[in-house]
This record gives sequence, C-alpha cells and structure tokens, in this order.
Amino acid sequence: MLNTIVSILFDGVAWAMFLFIISVGLSVTMGLMGVVNLAHGAFAMAGGYLVITATASWGVPFLASLVITFLVVACVSVLFERTLYAQLYGASELDQVLLTIGLAFMAIATYTYFYGPLPQAIHVPDYLLGGVHLGARSFPTYRVFLIVVGAALVAALWYGFERTNMGAKIRATVDNRRMAQSVGIDVDRLFTFTFAIGSGLAALGGGLAIQLLGLTPSFAVIYLVFFLLVVAVGGSGSMWGTLAAALALGICDTAGKYLFADAGSFAIYAVAVLILLIKPAGLYGRE
Amino acid sequence: MDANNPSPSSLVGTVAAERAHAVDFLARRDRFRVAEALPWLLAMAAYFVFPNQMILGGQTLIMILFALSLDLILGFAGIVTLGHAAYFGVGAYGAALLITDLGWSEPISGLVCGAVLAAIAGFLSGWLLLRYRGLALLVLTLSTTIMLQQLGNLFRDFTGGYDGIPGINIAPLFGLFDYDLYGHTYYLYCLGVLLIALYVVRRIVYSPFGQALVGLRENVARMHALGSPVHWRLVVAYTISAGLAGVAGALFAQTNTLVTLGVFDFDQSAAVLMMLILGGAGWLYGAFVGAVLYMVLQNELAKISPAFWQFGIGLLLIAVVLLSRHGVFGRLANVGRLLPWGARP
Amino acid sequence: MTAPALEIRNLQKSFGAIQVANDINLALPRGARHALIGPNGAGKTTLVNLITGRIRASAGKVLLDGEEITSLSQAGRTRRGIARTFQVNQLFRNLSVVENVYLAIAERTGACNRLWRSAGSEAAVIEEALDHLQSLELLADACRPVRELPYGRQRLVEIAIALAQRPKLLLLDEPAAGVPSSENHLILDVISRLDPNITVLIIEHDMDVVFRFASRITVLVAGAVLTEGTPDEIAGDERVRSVYLGERREARRD
Repeated sequence: MLNTIVSILFDGVAWAMFLFIISVGLSVTMGLMGVVNLAHGAFAMAGGYLVITATASWGVPFLASLVITFLVVACVSVLFERTLYAQLYGASELDQVLLTIGLAFMAIATYTYFYGPLPQAIHVPDYLLGGVHLGARSFPTYRVFLIVVGAALVAALWYGFERTNMGAKIRATVDNRRMAQSVGIDVDRLFTFTFAIGSGLAALGGGLAIQLLGLTPSFAVIYLVFFLLVVAVGGSGSMWGTLAAALALGICDTAGKYLFADAGSFAIYAVAVLILLIKPAGLYGRE
Repeated sequence: MDANNPSPSSLVGTVAAERAHAVDFLARRDRFRVAEALPWLLAMAAYFVFPNQMILGGQTLIMILFALSLDLILGFAGIVTLGHAAYFGVGAYGAALLITDLGWSEPISGLVCGAVLAAIAGFLSGWLLLRYRGLALLVLTLSTTIMLQQLGNLFRDFTGGYDGIPGINIAPLFGLFDYDLYGHTYYLYCLGVLLIALYVVRRIVYSPFGQALVGLRENVARMHALGSPVHWRLVVAYTISAGLAGVAGALFAQTNTLVTLGVFDFDQSAAVLMMLILGGAGWLYGAFVGAVLYMVLQNELAKISPAFWQFGIGLLLIAVVLLSRHGVFGRLANVGRLLPWGARP
Repeated sequence: MTAPALEIRNLQKSFGAIQVANDINLALPRGARHALIGPNGAGKTTLVNLITGRIRASAGKVLLDGEEITSLSQAGRTRRGIARTFQVNQLFRNLSVVENVYLAIAERTGACNRLWRSAGSEAAVIEEALDHLQSLELLADACRPVRELPYGRQRLVEIAIALAQRPKLLLLDEPAAGVPSSENHLILDVISRLDPNITVLIIEHDMDVVFRFASRITVLVAGAVLTEGTPDEIAGDERVRSVYLGERREARRD
C-alpha cells in the first residue's frame, strides 16, 4: 500500500516535472500577450529532434545537447515571434488557434519529411540509467534526474521572476499591460524575450522526454492537450499556477492509471474539468 | 430651420419611400438567389462527370454537413470550441448501434437516432459549458470530447473499442434504392440529406432567433442590456448544431459501414474547423467551399505524401488567417452580397 | 403614496479594498428628470451599472416601482423595464441601423424566440422600428451599417435602441459625450422630447445640459452622495463648487 503511494507520488512528480518544464513557457506567454499558442508542442518536438541529432550524429554529450537545444530553439523561436506571432497580438482567439495549428502542422510535416514518422530513441549516458537506492526502494535514475532538473528550473525561474529586473517587468506586464507600457516598459521586447525562454524550455522538455515517451513528429500534438490542460488549470501567466496544476494533474493522472488501469486515463481530464468548472480562470488565475 | 425644407406633401412621400425601402431591404434578405442553386448543380454535375469519385464525393458531402453544423454556432453565434467531433461521434455510434445492436436498419431512423442522441449530448454539454469562454471553453470542450472517446473505449463490449463497429449495413432507402460498391446511391442519399439540412439551417439563420445569434456574436454586452436570455439562446443554437453534426456522423456510419472511436479524435474537430474557416464562416456556403477545397486537396496532396498534405494545409491555414479573416471565399461572398448580414469583424 | 419609480437603499459596492459605492440612497418619482453629476471617477457609471445589474451590489437594495430587483440579472431587470445607453456606444456596428432597433424590439416582444419565421416578415416589429427611426430622423440611414454613420448619429441610434425597449426607467450615460458640437442639438432635442411617463436618470458633465434638463440633481463624489437638490440649490452649494474647482483653489481664496 505504502509502496504504491510512493510509486504514484514519485512517478507523478516526474510526469509533473515534464509537464511543468514545457508548459510554463506557454503559460507565461499566454498571460503576457494573450496569445493561445497551439504550436508550443512543436517547439518541444523540435527540441527533442535536435537533441537526438546532436547526440547521435554530432557526438555531443547528452547534458550538453540539452543546453544546446535550449539555446538554439530559443534563438530560432525569435524569428517566428517577430514574423508570425507578432501578427497575433490583439487578434481574435480563433485566428490565434488557427494560425498556430497551421504552424504546428507545417512543423510536423517538415520533421516527418526529414526524420520519418517512426519513433526515435535516444542513448542517454550510463550514469542516468539504472536505479537510485533511497531507503528500501530503488527509483529509476532517469526520473530522479528529471525531478532534479525540474526542481532546479523552478528555483531558477523563481529567482528570475522575483529577484531580477526582467522578472519584475514580466510580472508587471502580465498584471496590467497598459500600465506597464505607460511606465516605459518595452512590452514588445519583453515578449520576444519571454517567448524565446518559453520555447527554449519547451525544447529542453522535449529533449528530456525522449527517454520516457519516445519521439515522433506527432509529439507536437499528442501532448499538446496536456500542456493546454496545465495552463488552463493553473491560470495563464502564473509560474506557480503552472507548477500547482502540473503537480495536481500529473499525480492524478499517474494515480488513475496505477489504480484503475484503462479507466484511469480518464482521471486527468475529469480533474481538469472539475477545477475549470469551479475556477474557469485557473487555480492562480485572475478574473 | 434648414434651407432644404421640402414641401409637406413631398416630405411625406420621402418618408413613405424610405420606410418602404427599409421594409424591402429586410424582406429581400432571405429570398433565394440564383447563385444559391450553384452548389447543387455542381454536385449533380459531379455525379455525372466523376462517377469514379463518388465515394470521395459522399465523404465530402458529409463533411459539408458537419461544417455547416459548426457554422451555426461558430460563424453565426461566434462561439469557439475544440470539441465538435463529440457530436459527430455520438451521431455515428447512435446510427451504428441502431443497426448492429437493435437490428433496425431503416436508414432515416438511423439519422433521426443519431441526431437525437447528439442533440441530447449537445444540450447537456452546452448547458454546462457555455457559461465559459476563451481558453477555459477550449480546454473544457476538448477534454469532454476526449473523455467521451475514452468512455467509448471503456465500454468496449458495447462499442467495439478502438476497433469499432463494423457491418453497419443499412436497408435500401425507402425500400427502393439499392446500394452499389461505387457509392452512387450513397452520394445521392447524402446529397438529399444535405439539401434538407441546408434548408433548415437557412431558415433558422434568417429568423428573428438567427438575428439574435448574430447580435450575440456582434455585441454580447448590448444583448445582455436588451434583456436577451443569452445563455439559453446559445444552448438552443448549440443543441441544434450538435444535432446536425449528429446527422453527419450518422450518415458517415451508414455510408462507411464501419465506425471507430477515431471519429472523436481531435483531428476531426480541427479538420471541420479548418474547413469552415477556409470557406468562410458566417455565410452558410463557406461550409461547401471549405469542405470541397479541403477534401480535394487532401485527396490530391496525400497521394504525393501525407506529410506534403499536412504541410500544405498548414500553410494554407496560415495564409488564410493572415490574408483574410473571413476565409478566402468569404471575402468574395461579401462583395457579392451573399452575406445575409454584415461581415464578421 | 405610490412607490417611487426607482429607489436605491444603502447601496454598497467594493472591489476588494476599494469602495466604489458607499451607502448610496436615491428615490426617483415616476416621470422624474434627474441628473447625476460629479467629478471623474466619482462612480457615476458604476452606479448605473449597479442599477442595471451589470455589476452585483455588495450590499443594499434596488427597487423598481416598489419591487425589489437586487437579485435579478441584467437581462431580468431589463425585462422589468429598465433601459440604458452606454457611455461608449454599444451597438451592432456591422448591422444596419434598422436591424439594430429591430433587435431591441424583437427581444422585448419575444419575437427572437421564433426560429422558423423569416425575420423580414415580422411586420409589427419592423413597423415599430421604423417608427422609432422616423421620430429620431434616422430613416434616411435605415439600411446603412451603423459603422458608416458619423458618431453623433450613431449616438442617436444608441438612444433609439433604448427607447425601442419601451422602458419605464431610462438611464442615459453621458448621451452627448464624444458628439461634435455641430451634432449636439440632435441629442438634446431627443432628450427634451422624451415621454413624460418615463423616469429618466442622466449622467452628464455638460452643466448647460444638466441645468436645462434636470428638475433634481444628485452629486456623487468618491462613490458617495454628497448632496441632492434642485438645480438652484446645487448651483449655490459651496461644497459642490469646491469639489469641481478643487480644494486648493478654495484654500487660496481664504
């Protein structure tokens, strides 16, 4: 019994970290500029493929390739932001949904062309394989790694949001864009920066996920639902909201699957729907 | 007083003329225009000119109906959702189970069964969810459709799970028309249903109720201030929309003879949304233009490779959004005054 | 004695720590011509929103013809006979002028519940819409989309919609705001010709309009009623003047 609970919590938190790492960028982007970005999963997918190419074809070590994918995708995303996403500020929700779906489709098609539709595997370094012994139990090392990375990112983001100038500007603009503009905050530049970080994090998450979930071009849309769930349930624009939602949904999903097999995949949606019915703006959302 | 003060009698004449003009303007709106015969002529022409494409043709007609159902709630009432496939799916399974489970293979009953079940689903989900908008509504509709799909898998003894229900063989229509392998009869069957559906939607859209829906789309704050029961109006529209999507699903089950849980896929909701936008939402015939464009493109481009099709449709979608918010043909329609009311902003 | 057409008792509204309506009391007899004035941010539009139900009150009551409507929704209160114009036009800009007024009437009469009849065949609704347009001299623009009209005439359409609701209580939120002075007279004409049976509350900044139109004035400052009285009483009230001219100026005079 206790063993099951520990397993559920552990796997749930690992899954939650994956969701958090990718979703936090989506949440802040939405809260900042009000843009629904259904192509966010595509950045994660692209990040994953870059990690695979880097490790397999260029011989870059796994950890280094994670850093590289973050940086490269962050920089490339700026191009997309300046050309396409800038058109969406103030556009209707429908326009945003359609344009970003179109972008996601183009991305999937492109990667299918270059990498093929079959799942790719990754060779993570040996020290990340196997198990870690904590007390009487053994926990898969890779998931421990994922949780550690996630926790480190939470700390880094917390520091970034609460202790830096840039973070203060982001929080101010999420809270009240017009006011922020009137005190001289360059909102456009801020958004480009935030979009880049968010996309970079998505790429990082994509790279981290390959070992656990495999990678195909469809990754961009298969997991998109979960990212949207996390952002909606957490409240767009809030890092803590994303974390809370990721944990709640991640653990509920894992619990559901552990305890109820088939019926359990229901759990994450049921929980999300319940929360949204009561708090449509999300746990940390403002109405 | 002002200088151009006409004599009393001609003033009365002017007022009367202006009133008559306004009355005529409102009455003229829903008169059948010659151009509205075009889709049906083209559909019949396709029957004779492309006899080998009738299966694709039938599927296209079904997609037109599906997109038309979405137009009512999206194009006219302005409500954006990501789960319209739910009602298509409910309709499909309703029609399928009527035949395979209850042994009742009369086709029209299948359509009615699908429509009623889908309408009930639409009413319940609409009543619950239409209080929400924006991201919350998108995620709620997306989630409920996925849950419906998973429910279907859970009760797989009943629904056949992801393998689906095969052998949906309907009896000859009216006991007269038999079905051939090439889908000729199916095509005409679908065309007939679509004709009736369009007539129904057209009447609703041009009614005072339809006018209220447009009002909700154009300025919901003003509608509240006019005393409009906003939520109930939307629920009614949503229920009808779901019912029509159910008819499309039922047709699909009957003509495809197989239905799987794939009908609930997000791909389906996304596809019908794309079709409607490609053709232009809010003028009824956008469903026709968009669905034909989408299905033909898919058929042609997918022959080269599925990735090619996916890339092409993605690019087209981006282009449509950036170039015109009414869809490529909505712009032209606006010019041709086929739009019943003003353009969607 | 018959109940006042509109009565507000101890109305309060706060958003978190900010109190936007503070213990407001008001009673308007049937047929009143009452103005609501006060500096910017005093909460005048908020009060109108509280009366119409666009915002829920934190405490207090709103009564229409003696019946409490505090728990009714905006639509519910509208159906009881309240109509309002907005400070910024809330029209159906892409629809024609006649369709705008049509909707107001069709909602009122319940015609909008009909799904099968053609909207163009609702003769009674159309005739009434045209009557309203005619009395406001908007007939020439009846078939044009509202967005094509000059702002002053759009404002008239806003008033037409309110009148088409055949209200018992009419709330006008700065009806002449944003209207160029060349078109001002159209609005003022309409207001002065309003049916004497309708109770009217008007928010205005233009003192000429206020003094010409109102038989009683309420002064609202920082969400609370400063004073209420006839135009002469208000014009002579030191506190009102100081609120408008600013405390500092008064202090300098001393």
